[in-house]
Amino acid sequence: MSIHTAIPAHLPARTALHERRRLTERLVGAVLFACAIVSLITTVGIILVLIVETAGFFQEVSLRDFFGDTQWTPLFAKKHFGIWALVAGTALTSAIAVFTAVPLGLLAAAYLSEFAEERVRRVLKPIMEILAGIPTVVYGYFALTFVTPLLQKVVPGLAGFNALSPGLVMGIMIFPTIASLSEDALYAVPTSLREAAYALGATRLATTFRVVIPSAFSGIVAAIILGVSRAVGETMIVTIAAGQQPRFTFDPRVPVETMTAYIVQVSLGDTPTGTLEFRTIFAVGMMLFVFTLALNMVAHRLRQHILKGSLW
Amino acid sequence: MEHALKTPRETSSPDPTRRPQTVVRPAEESGTPQVKMRTELLRAWFGPTEVLKGISLPILKNRVTAIIGPSGCGKSTLLRCLNRMHEVVPGARVEGKAYLDEQNIYEASVNPIRVRQRIGMVFQKANPFPTMSIRNNVLAGLRLQGVRPRSPDELVEKALRQAALWDEVKDILDRSGVSLSGGQQQRLCIARALVLEPEVLLMDEPCSALDPIATAKIEDLIYELRNSYTVVIVTHNMQQAARVADFTAFLYLGELIEYDKTDTIFRTPRDPRTEAYITGRFG
Amino acid sequence: MESDSKQSQETLREPQPSLATIGPEKAFVAICRLAVALPLLLLVVLVVDAVVDGWPRLSWGFLTGYPSRNPEIAGILPALAGSAAVIVLTAVMAIPVGVGAAIYLEEYTKPGRLTSLIELNISNLAGVPSIIYGLLGLELFVRAMQMGRSLLAGAATLALLVLPAVIMTSREALRTVPYSLREACYALGADRWQTIWRVVLPMSLPGILTGIILSVARAIGETAPLIMIGALTYVAFLPDSLMSPFTALPIQIFNWVSRPQKGFHTNAAAGIVVLLVLMLLLNATAIWLRVRLQRRVNW
Repeated sequence: MSIHTAIPAHLPARTALHERRRLTERLVGAVLFACAIVSLITTVGIILVLIVETAGFFQEVSLRDFFGDTQWTPLFAKKHFGIWALVAGTALTSAIAVFTAVPLGLLAAAYLSEFAEERVRRVLKPIMEILAGIPTVVYGYFALTFVTPLLQKVVPGLAGFNALSPGLVMGIMIFPTIASLSEDALYAVPTSLREAAYALGATRLATTFRVVIPSAFSGIVAAIILGVSRAVGETMIVTIAAGQQPRFTFDPRVPVETMTAYIVQVSLGDTPTGTLEFRTIFAVGMMLFVFTLALNMVAHRLRQHILKGSLW
Repeated sequence: MEHALKTPRETSSPDPTRRPQTVVRPAEESGTPQVKMRTELLRAWFGPTEVLKGISLPILKNRVTAIIGPSGCGKSTLLRCLNRMHEVVPGARVEGKAYLDEQNIYEASVNPIRVRQRIGMVFQKANPFPTMSIRNNVLAGLRLQGVRPRSPDELVEKALRQAALWDEVKDILDRSGVSLSGGQQQRLCIARALVLEPEVLLMDEPCSALDPIATAKIEDLIYELRNSYTVVIVTHNMQQAARVADFTAFLYLGELIEYDKTDTIFRTPRDPRTEAYITGRFG
Repeated sequence: MESDSKQSQETLREPQPSLATIGPEKAFVAICRLAVALPLLLLVVLVVDAVVDGWPRLSWGFLTGYPSRNPEIAGILPALAGSAAVIVLTAVMAIPVGVGAAIYLEEYTKPGRLTSLIELNISNLAGVPSIIYGLLGLELFVRAMQMGRSLLAGAATLALLVLPAVIMTSREALRTVPYSLREACYALGADRWQTIWRVVLPMSLPGILTGIILSVARAIGETAPLIMIGALTYVAFLPDSLMSPFTALPIQIFNWVSRPQKGFHTNAAAGIVVLLVLMLLLNATAIWLRVRLQRRVNW
């Protein structure tokens, strides 16, 4: 009697089963790996596209014209390629958004994490996510047809297209990002630290400001940076409500054009592909990409630090 | 008896840093010990679970009282009820009375923050503030209360000396509090509590995360502290209770089974459950 | 002695009614509540504003009509059909790849340089502005792969856009399955793929589905990348193939918003109401699915 007969008949022979399983395992592994690689390819694709087209752009336009000028008129007969006009538009609208969203977001985060009852917190967090999920074209409409007319009654000299109104609305748009991520950071502060403060006779307010917020500081900074990054990359609100007049100004009452709005403007027009005018959008896109990437990297770094606790 | 409950107290001034240091002899020398705190039918819940089922326990002034018992018996909860820290946990509830001197700290008009300013606490796991230096950790209690001490350096040195940590950290006071070893961190937390000159110091298994050498240091410290403070210590380590405590309370399933002088509890326990626990038959 | 103990009672009581300890906290909490309420109030105002503005145009004819130069008779049927087609295609492309990548990262790979590179990359991609994806789609799908300004190119672009979110939410869902269950499965002689297919995936399905629906719902509102790849703003026909030109609801809304005539603004508002209702339905579906499936899995 050999050992093999000891294997119950209803199981397939060991070697065949083993072989088939190993094959599946390897095949599945390869397919899943391919899926994971798609995201890497996407990044490589973005960078390649931007570099190739931007290189083509800089063969015709010097870096000095690009970085040393404050007028941006590539679609006119007398062409200027001063990127600062678009950067100023983006900076202005984003700054207004950040100044709106940061105070609101941090207060909301402190409230939800330190003062609100668990029940309130569970209701409010999903509502804030709804706020974050509203399509930006909707916010754009709101800025143009509701906020701007409203502001015009209060702010003298406010043009129909301006930086103020889309900036404020963009602040509402990034508010959930800042509030939610800051709240995560505050909530992650160990209870033992709060208890230590309470046991020393500290009020909840003192505990929040002197112990919890300092401990969550890097997470809060990361939240703000991610909010800034979203404001810089936001397209539809500013396209709809800020206008399409690139100008180097920090006056929030007049029309401006952001980097994103310019890209939309060109792609909506009849600019033929392959021309210099068309390539400008990739040069602008490159600026935008580098800028947001830098912000995201910093935020990612800060958040990693919290996870590892090495900033402590 | 009535007389003993009314504890003569040094004149209290709002600035704890200016309060004159009291020097009180241990009980053996100064006659009858006085009751500093006592609980009266104290009950506590976590949500629907009753974890303390009516505890009445005296805590004598300038003595070390140990609370022992198997895990889950409610000893930490009892400790946290003594400075109104239990209610900090969501869903937690307290009924009954706890007196500090003659004042019931659970009376509606009492501000829990004031209670905690007079009753210090040291936690199971050392929890120095990671964002503060060693110096600022020691001063944290004052700063959090909005008090600006006039001579902070002296206070820091005094508290760290009391906590037997001064020699080890005097040159690195500006380093982060979390850069210290576990035992040092725990002594830092003790120093942090002592700066406020609390009348009572509550310690929740302060040595459970420490190695034997660090534990010995903290135990010596507790023995020293009883000269100036009233100490309540929760411990799961019976040898520790025997070493440091004058009185011991044995808690079981949320009830106070036995309270007596530590010697009596360990030599001639009255209740069979106490005997079973201290002889290691359960827990 | 009497007065001494009295004084000690006073120190416990005294600050309760005083402004110094309770006042600031109440004031701060009030300010905080305001900070939460203000954006939520604006959300309500936004919705009410859109409904009020768009009300005159919200009718069956609006849903089933074609665009027109006359705002009174213009409808959103091609935009609705385009949006639906784009979303379905996006989901078909993004879900298998996204879930596959999530499984690979959670179950197959060990922490290492490649893994952390992929992770860093995904978290960065999630932060890339959507308009940049539009530039990529324009060059890669429309021009290099010669898909033209088609439904397929639009969906492929959006698929890349939602991929990071799909991967991240799927990974979170996979992580909720306790490791002990995997071990139990291995102990029965199952291999890795069997464990994933039979145990891990079914248990994490509610979380994965919810995450996917929420990520894809975001894609419905995306405007900028579709503008970039050249979705048309005036389409008087329904898409009939993968290569068909198309428009989408947010594009149509954008087009109407950018017209100066008031009548088109009314259309835009009506379109916004439809878009918001669609998103609400998708979100509700996601929550409903999560509740239902979680009950079934029951652990």
